[in-house]
Amino acid sequence: MTPSLPCTRLQRWLLLIAIVAVACVVAATAHAQTFPKLTGRVVDDAHLLSQPQVDQLTQLSQSVQDASSRQLVVATIPDLQGYPIEDYGYKLGRAWGIGQQGTNNGIILIVAPTERKVRIEVGYGLEPIMTDALSSMIIQNDILPKFRTGDMAGGIIAGATAIADQLKAPPDEAEQKAVAAANAQRQQQQANDNGGGVPWALIFWLIVIGFMTVSRFSHGRRGQRYRGGMWPIFLWGSGFGSGSGWGSGGGSSWSDGGGGGFSGFSGGGGSFGGGGASGGW
Amino acid sequence: MKVRTPVMLAAALTLGACGINSIPTADENVKAKWADVQADYQRRADLIPNLVATVKGSVQGEDKILTDVINARAKATSIQVNADDLSDPNKMAQFQQAQGQLNGSLSRLLANVEAYPQLKSQDNFQTLMSQLEGTENRITIAIRDYNTAVQGYNTRIRTFPDAIGAKVFYGAKPKVPYQATTPGAENAPTVDFGNMS
Repeated sequence: MTPSLPCTRLQRWLLLIAIVAVACVVAATAHAQTFPKLTGRVVDDAHLLSQPQVDQLTQLSQSVQDASSRQLVVATIPDLQGYPIEDYGYKLGRAWGIGQQGTNNGIILIVAPTERKVRIEVGYGLEPIMTDALSSMIIQNDILPKFRTGDMAGGIIAGATAIADQLKAPPDEAEQKAVAAANAQRQQQQANDNGGGVPWALIFWLIVIGFMTVSRFSHGRRGQRYRGGMWPIFLWGSGFGSGSGWGSGGGSSWSDGGGGGFSGFSGGGGSFGGGGASGGW
Repeated sequence: MKVRTPVMLAAALTLGACGINSIPTADENVKAKWADVQADYQRRADLIPNLVATVKGSVQGEDKILTDVINARAKATSIQVNADDLSDPNKMAQFQQAQGQLNGSLSRLLANVEAYPQLKSQDNFQTLMSQLEGTENRITIAIRDYNTAVQGYNTRIRTFPDAIGAKVFYGAKPKVPYQATTPGAENAPTVDFGNMS
């Protein structure tokens, strides 16, 4: 009946569990490979384009997104870090999250002048529209002939224009439906995050407070002292509960998807699965 | 009562961290990633009849290789691994071996095709090659995603605190990652676009 001894044991257990939970959260996935920063619709890290050309491509990409919500990004990469361009491309796309979450409708035109490779990386959702064969044709017919004559900027612009023409074709109904479904899902998820989580916490706290009140009324001053001793533990307990139970589930998907505010340019959280084609010159 | 209630509350909290939810989530993730792997292999299998028909038209004396490809394709498509069998190393090995054989005969065919420049210059053939290349690329990525999912699942069911839930509630068994069973089985047929046109 003496509360002091079991309490400290309980405290110790809770401490242990809290440490484990913190360790779980901290152990986030580490990325060995590094990618350039997504600084805009045109990431010219290899310095192949002049400022007016960058502006022209940015405008082109903007017009594609305005017309169809599809995201087109041009990236010139000075160093593929030893990876094949197919390998680098889809990881870059996932790291940047080009395309909208849910529809995965992003495309990256990747040019690696050092390795003399070019690739059109197509997001999952655009694979039926921007097929491998079409990507290959754009590379062979529009991009590579210019690259072979040393006209890097011309090839990039020709390729991006050909891609944009295909992308500006009105999104078919299926994709529109997918966008609507993704929005509905997102709203629902948001509602769950706000509405679904709160009742649990509320119920938990009601039980705790109810228990405290009961113990206080039934035991008078001893209960009072008891209550004072227990509070910090329960605060801890609840912190642990929301941290590992509800929080991480919603949180990780949100931080990946991110991209909410469109000040400047950011990826919408789209994913890539190896669609597209590559070429070399 | 005073002590028992907080202990029960703590127990309820730890149960939530024991993998009651996270293990099925990881399990479904592995299954979905496996479905992607199979879909991409199916996509390759669907391309092969077209490829064989195109090659047959302009190539003489390569009948054996073409038959090999067709047989390997038939065998590979006949072996499927259900999402529930992902913990069965034997079934996975069979699947991997069948796909590996198809890989082998396909790359032999493509190597022999090198000798026919008029075939390689056909638009139809080039289109097929770009599709085949894209499919091989997708297979590689799907396998990698699957293996990542398996790693996550296996780690989860073997580490504290989820290991408790995995043992007590689900009897979870580790899933089998996808590996190349024959030497070079994962090597995609080499299709070099730089020399094609």
